[in-house]
Amino acid sequence: MPAVNGPATDADLDTLLADIDAARSQGLAAIAAALSTDELAQVESGLFGRKSALGPIKQALGSLAPDQRAGVGRALNEAQQELRTAHAQASDELAAVARREQLQREWLDLTETPPGPERGHLHLVTQTTERLEDVFVGMGFTVSEGPQAETDWYNFEALNLPAAHPARSMWDTLYLDLGERTELGDGEGGEASNVLLRTHTSPVQIRVMEVQPPPIYTICPGRVFRRDTADASHMPVFHQLEGLVVDRGISFADLAGTLEEFTSAYFGRSISSRLRPSYFPFTEPSAEFDITCVICEGAGCQTCQRTGWIELGGCGMVHPNVLTNCGIDFEEWTGFAFGFGIDRLALMRHGIDDLRDMYSNDIRFLSQF
Amino acid sequence: MKVLLSWLREFAPIEGDPAELADHLSDLGMAVEEMRVLPPLDGVVVARVAGLRPHPEADRIQLVDVELPGASGEGTRGALQVCCGAFNMSVGDLVPLATVGTTMPGGLEIGERRLRGQLSQGMCCSAAELELGADADGIMILPSDFELGASLMSQLGLDGDVLYDLEVNPNRPDAMSVAGVARDLAARLGVPFRIPEPAVDETGADVSTVASVKIVDSDLCGRFGVRVIGGVSIGSSPLWMQARLTLCGMRPINSVVDISNYVMLELGTPNHTYDLALVPGGHLGTRRSAGGESVVTLDGAERELLRGDGVIVDRDDRLIGIAGVMGAANTEISDGTTDVLLELAWWDRLSITRTSQRLGLRSEASMRFERGTDHELVPIALDRFCELLNRVTPGGVSVCRGRLDGRGELPESTHVRVRPARMSHLLSQSFTASQVRALLEPIGFACEPAAGDLTAALEVTVPSFRPDVVTETDVAEEVARHYGYGKLGRTVPRSPEPGRLTPTQRLRRELRRVLVGAGSSEAMPNPFLAPDALRRAGIEGTEPVRLLNPLATEESVLRPSLLPGLLTAAAYNTSHRNDTVSLFEIGVVFGQPAPDEPLPTETERLGVIWSGGEAADAVHLWDLIVSAFGLDAALTNAGDLDGMHPVRAAQVMLGGHAVGVVGEIDPVVCERHGLAQRCAWLQVDVEPLLAAASTAADRPYQLVSTYPSSDIDLAFAVPDDVQASQVRDTLVAAGGDELRSVELFDVYRGDQMTSGTRSLAYRLRLQADDRTLTDAQAAEIRQRCIDAVESTHDAQLR
Repeated sequence: MPAVNGPATDADLDTLLADIDAARSQGLAAIAAALSTDELAQVESGLFGRKSALGPIKQALGSLAPDQRAGVGRALNEAQQELRTAHAQASDELAAVARREQLQREWLDLTETPPGPERGHLHLVTQTTERLEDVFVGMGFTVSEGPQAETDWYNFEALNLPAAHPARSMWDTLYLDLGERTELGDGEGGEASNVLLRTHTSPVQIRVMEVQPPPIYTICPGRVFRRDTADASHMPVFHQLEGLVVDRGISFADLAGTLEEFTSAYFGRSISSRLRPSYFPFTEPSAEFDITCVICEGAGCQTCQRTGWIELGGCGMVHPNVLTNCGIDFEEWTGFAFGFGIDRLALMRHGIDDLRDMYSNDIRFLSQF
Repeated sequence: MKVLLSWLREFAPIEGDPAELADHLSDLGMAVEEMRVLPPLDGVVVARVAGLRPHPEADRIQLVDVELPGASGEGTRGALQVCCGAFNMSVGDLVPLATVGTTMPGGLEIGERRLRGQLSQGMCCSAAELELGADADGIMILPSDFELGASLMSQLGLDGDVLYDLEVNPNRPDAMSVAGVARDLAARLGVPFRIPEPAVDETGADVSTVASVKIVDSDLCGRFGVRVIGGVSIGSSPLWMQARLTLCGMRPINSVVDISNYVMLELGTPNHTYDLALVPGGHLGTRRSAGGESVVTLDGAERELLRGDGVIVDRDDRLIGIAGVMGAANTEISDGTTDVLLELAWWDRLSITRTSQRLGLRSEASMRFERGTDHELVPIALDRFCELLNRVTPGGVSVCRGRLDGRGELPESTHVRVRPARMSHLLSQSFTASQVRALLEPIGFACEPAAGDLTAALEVTVPSFRPDVVTETDVAEEVARHYGYGKLGRTVPRSPEPGRLTPTQRLRRELRRVLVGAGSSEAMPNPFLAPDALRRAGIEGTEPVRLLNPLATEESVLRPSLLPGLLTAAAYNTSHRNDTVSLFEIGVVFGQPAPDEPLPTETERLGVIWSGGEAADAVHLWDLIVSAFGLDAALTNAGDLDGMHPVRAAQVMLGGHAVGVVGEIDPVVCERHGLAQRCAWLQVDVEPLLAAASTAADRPYQLVSTYPSSDIDLAFAVPDDVQASQVRDTLVAAGGDELRSVELFDVYRGDQMTSGTRSLAYRLRLQADDRTLTDAQAAEIRQRCIDAVESTHDAQLR
């Protein structure tokens, strides 16, 4: 590198231009020789910047006379530009090569993936209960709960079913043996203790009425127990949902209207409800609650025995004795109650023939829903 | 309850399409479970036996020549020839012949065929084959006045008849009779109803000279009616009666028994007949048993009686029946009976219920007594019996003059004040007094005043056949029933409060979803366990609640833990080649009642079993729950937990209280249940969990610092008896506000560690909210953490 100070000779200028040319050639060769992005990066400092071959020339530019500066500067710029272009091109090419190689290495058949974690499944009874709860919550109801083991009072007597009431035989009851604490009902049959597993969720209604002054709009979903041998349509342990409304001026029409609204909300607009006279000790008037057959939508099929209707549950106006038992004045307040099985709704919705399948806890069953 | 339309029509002129009548019956609360229009069976005709010949090839079949107007066949003198397996007919008898082409009630089609070479041109029918009676052994022998060649069903009066099978509710004793059903249906159709007055020709002695009645316990027996009928010859009842009884589900026996049943079905009045010759002095008494006596009932069984059971006794206090339940063998009607003592009583419902249920003897009679019979029908039913017996006995019978009518305590007749306004309110339909009256009177409810103010209250007298109706509300049901439930309006009441789930209910739903998201599926195992299920599950020292009347010993214990049920569920799946499953349950477990509490304890628990899972899986699952609900929970290793792995289990602590267990199930327990793999297990009480839970919705925002963070890794040699969670707790406490997270990222046991210790490596992330931490500040925090761990836990920085 010539030490230049002041106006340079022509020879000096020639040397400078030759140096520029040489640096350009060397730089281009170095770029061409780089076989990878890494190698390219290594030669980069020799191409650009203060420590590059062109760096000192650039510094020397300042000491040239203005007229000389233009020519050398132009050559310098051209060389730098050429090197930048070559470097950028090489960089792109090498990156493309590198990416090709990387992709080759990373090639994956995504269908080779071994199974990963699976989601679990809610039990059909839970799914059905939650759907029912949501419908009733939307209609302004709360959800009430109570114990599964109950006293005779809550399960029977408070519901207008005094001891030895013939209608008690409508429920096959499982009684608990609490040792010395067991009080036998009548001391004769030896089967009736005063503590039992609730045969319906009606005791929850009693407990609600005992503590909550009307108006009451609540449903009581839950597990109930009967002394039934398991078969395709019976289980000793199953689930029920009961509803209770107590308010001023509640009438039979309110019962019919509420059930109709529930029916179309849960089953769809094509399904409607009807009431037929029936008997329950805790309601008067009492009714059987039918809905349009969900299979044939009323046309008549095997499921509905060609009637177009299927029986869903029971209902009625809360019996005055029941209100009295809970300290509610039946002249001021009236109410209605209804109840039906949750399990059966699940079976109907999914076309399950045998109730026992729902309680097999077989993962092949559970994971379908 | 089965009723025939033709029988209903004996009480009211009921007309109309059978299906529409069925709809009316259902709408009146007598749900039609089945409607059967009796097949006309035109092909079954009345034929005469013209000849009987042995079959040349078969001993058990004979050849019958049957004569029919206009028929000509293979039989002698042009009669049809029929091969028949019965031998009870004689030449000249009229029999039902199913002609070729007839389809029998059971679906069999009659064709011309050969039996051992002999042509059979039809079939002679038994009552059973025609579904008109029980007798399957012999061919029906028809009355001689039946018209030859006519259709059998038309001759029996059953042509086109309709059989309804009704579901009768327990509050409708009246609907347990043909007359009662007819009354209800007639009221709906607006046609008159009447129970015909029986015609009794009293030709015998005064009844009081041959029989007497004594009611000892008048609370047991309200009315005891007796008639005596002489000149009886026991035979078969007429075919029309047999057919009606059979169609209505009763087996024809003999004339007296059949008429007894017929009257019961018709009027709903069970009755009992005694052979007068076997009842000394014709004296019938009734009392409650004091216990300690027994009687052989008509079914041949010896029945022990308990205190309070109602019994019938003779003059010498010998038991001759169980009141309202079943008669005794010692006074039974036999083929030789000539004088019949007929009892028609009204019994206390509860007494009959208790006795029949205890003895397991629920008969057609006891069913009616349990619901309550109509005491006002006693004289009419007595007379109806006599009328029928006289009609069916060739030459008639000799009915003694008068009835005995013993009286005990009968229920007072019920009067109910019925306010039209209350009816209108309850039914949401405006009813005037006269409208209410118009609905009630046709079903026997008398209303006063008969006319007057439309809004004034009515004094309604409840008929004796409706003991279930005692209040104004009960009357409202009758009004609604006869008005038509379907015609009442429909309105939807609105709660003044919005509907909602409680916070607990919402959180419980969320808990289920956390588990489902973690890959666990919800099971619902049986809450009833076998007595040894607890021991098999490794649960010791728990006295579970037992059932008093379990269906089976295998289901006699109420679960005190979710473990046995979920073990069974996992084992079931393993045995069906699904050996890696995660199942959870949220359910109640039971325990012995607390002192002075009547009910067993009920604790809601979450249980998760994971066959093929390890302790770490269970801990991860619990950690998910902890983070989902923002819990401040801790684990304490424990070696003596029920059913748990002795060295891979911990107690779950919440707010300083043990609320559950986590880890692996004891391999011994797994093996007992056929689970070959490890089994992860988590069981926690739901109530404290949800009480301590918060969800994202409840949490205030924590500022995210904009200043850089730095990480410090610290590894300690820690004795095995110090839980990693304790070291972590110490780090958190020592680190102060700027310690943002602590992560255990490596655990090492091995050659480089002295026995009984392991290396625990933690990564600490430091960050301040308001500044960048300097190196010196970070170093100071680091030293604080090291000092705290080393001084607290006998641990050494590595």
